[in-house]
Amino acid sequence: MKRVIALLMENQPGALSRVVGLFSQRGYNIETLVVAPTNDATLSRLTMSTEGDEKVVEQITKQLDKLIDVVMVTNLSESEFVERELMLIKFTKDSFPENVFDESNIVSKNNKIINVQVVGTSLELDKLISEIDANNPLEIVRSGSLGISSDEKTLTIEN
Amino acid sequence: MDKSNKSGAEALIHSLHLEGVDLMFGYPGGAALHIYDAIFNQNYVDHILVRHEQGAVHAADGYARATGKPGVALVTSGPGATNAITGLATAYMDSTPIVVISGQVKSNLIGTDSFQETDMIGVSRPIVKHSFLVQRAEDIPDIVKKAFHIATTGRKGPVVIDIPKDFTDPEHKFEFNYPTEVNMRSYNPPEGADTSRIKEAADLIATAKRPVIYSGGGVNQNNASEELTALAKLLNFPVTNTLMGLGAFPGSDPQFMGMLGMHGTYQANMAMHHADLIIAVGARFDDRITNDPNQFALSAKKIHIDVDPASVSKIIHADVPIVGSAKESLTALIEELKSRDLKTNESDISEWNQQITNWRDAHGLNHSLLEMGAQNGKILPQQVIQSLYKETKGEAFVTSDVGQHQMFAAQYYHFDKPRQWINSGGLGTMGFGLPSAMGVQLAYPDSIVSCVTGEGSIQMCIQELSTCLQYGLPIKIINLNNAALGMVKQWQDMQYGGRHSSSTYENSLPDFVALTESYGHVGIKASKFDELESAMKECISLKDKLVFLDVDVDPNEHVYPMLEAGNAMDHMRLSKDEKTW
Repeated sequence: MKRVIALLMENQPGALSRVVGLFSQRGYNIETLVVAPTNDATLSRLTMSTEGDEKVVEQITKQLDKLIDVVMVTNLSESEFVERELMLIKFTKDSFPENVFDESNIVSKNNKIINVQVVGTSLELDKLISEIDANNPLEIVRSGSLGISSDEKTLTIEN
Repeated sequence: MDKSNKSGAEALIHSLHLEGVDLMFGYPGGAALHIYDAIFNQNYVDHILVRHEQGAVHAADGYARATGKPGVALVTSGPGATNAITGLATAYMDSTPIVVISGQVKSNLIGTDSFQETDMIGVSRPIVKHSFLVQRAEDIPDIVKKAFHIATTGRKGPVVIDIPKDFTDPEHKFEFNYPTEVNMRSYNPPEGADTSRIKEAADLIATAKRPVIYSGGGVNQNNASEELTALAKLLNFPVTNTLMGLGAFPGSDPQFMGMLGMHGTYQANMAMHHADLIIAVGARFDDRITNDPNQFALSAKKIHIDVDPASVSKIIHADVPIVGSAKESLTALIEELKSRDLKTNESDISEWNQQITNWRDAHGLNHSLLEMGAQNGKILPQQVIQSLYKETKGEAFVTSDVGQHQMFAAQYYHFDKPRQWINSGGLGTMGFGLPSAMGVQLAYPDSIVSCVTGEGSIQMCIQELSTCLQYGLPIKIINLNNAALGMVKQWQDMQYGGRHSSSTYENSLPDFVALTESYGHVGIKASKFDELESAMKECISLKDKLVFLDVDVDPNEHVYPMLEAGNAMDHMRLSKDEKTW
């Protein structure tokens, strides 16, 4: 089962390397990792997904929480949450699967190349990739998962 | 508060002073020279010049382990920093509070592969609790404050402060303000007792028939020995300690089963295996304890008291997790038990204690080997430890290196007090013994500080004999000389058909007596059993001298018991030809 962990960390040099280093140091298998500053410029939000079992995820969460630069950690998959990923795909004009995408997906187009953008759960994106396999896409880029809990719970801090 | 203008280097030393540091260990070099000049110009903090940066960090570590106060080491950039790495990893694995300050190349040179440049923050990242790269001289007081706070709270550990040379420039002065408190939104370690599950713990204790108290280094670190002993005495439960936990419960107390684990006593390992309740305090169920975790103490419920949430249920599921200070959580548990006017099932407990006595009688360690005289004409290494115990009346600080001698010391020297036994348990660092003994001796100049070592380990930091002369440190080095890397050789005997691949020296060992004397100390040799006790007596009686007692011990002796890998804790080899299964 795919699990999504999100955390807030101090937006300062070295913080990200501590988080990423922890994964390799402790042998955790990470599928996707997304990092960006939040609207509070002193904080970055990092979202990671892993296939680990519950025990492994609990350990990852605890070890992340121990890092001094990490302000807050949450295992989003503990309760209902929304997971979304963005994907960009490049086709030659000739192999573009018109039945799969509509105009709203297209983000760039010239006489040779069409790039499309799709947003969905990572499972939906996996499925889409197998559907378009026969069209030989030139390149597929995925952002990695972002997540947000479905209820009133937030991963934010009061300033 | 001294608000006068200071340079970064002066601010650093003054901040250390305000943290209560009066002693630091280090080795100068280019990137640290401004700091060294600031040290020269003050009288608050003494600096001990070691002979290798590894020695500086181990000495700071030994000082911290013996006193409970944070140890401080200062090194230069590049090789100074990388030489400190083994010491940092040692402190990290055993959760000791130390602060290592490293000089760094000037900030404008960082990243240019400049002379003596190493990315200290990057290199040390996986083996520190936290690290700081100073970005402005003015930040130094605040960073020092945070570094000491982080090193000494929660699960303790090493902290690195890496300071580019330009931020210690004596020409750049600023108003010195030392913060009075630390506020870090991202660091709030558990404080005080965790009382949320105390009642459940008390319930389990009340109904236990075969309980064991299993305590580790966390009890020593948290100064919770008194509370642990009080709990054990209140309940009359048997106690075992990990290698790191020795001394937390008096080693000579009849309730004490000895150390557990890989080379733990028969009775301690059997008791763990057959227990129905394990009360783990400040211990982390590491692989040297549990053997195969899937077969570990299957009939026992586990209460786990630890300050580190990540240690609880990491290896072994805790039925009752208590995440907080060992000292205060134990106090809360004792209060809860007393308020219930608790009656344990006394007949079951007494039957269980009898069972443990039977195990001890059957296969316990023989603590009277010294009285038995020479064995096959040889001195047994265990006899040397017993002789040391006798001559020091059990009151010495004992540091050790890593290998057979370490296990013999842990097994045969009964540590009655916390912080008396100082060794590298987690990382297993050969070379730790002598420099850590320097830290202990400087902290306790009037105490006997003994370093139990082997001819392999001692050669890894032997250069510190010179430091000991410079500062007059009368350490008693007890060298169990079996002319081989004993523990390696033991494994080769047991698992590799006796093929001693690179574990012997082919007559290349130095004359340790002459070597020690050339460093200006006293060397004594004991080769025959008849010489052992008088040599030990002489060694201990030379109060103001460092003495290196080189004892030729039986090279064929193995450490037993020894857990058989991949099994439960009841699978032990008891001697070369006895095993429990």
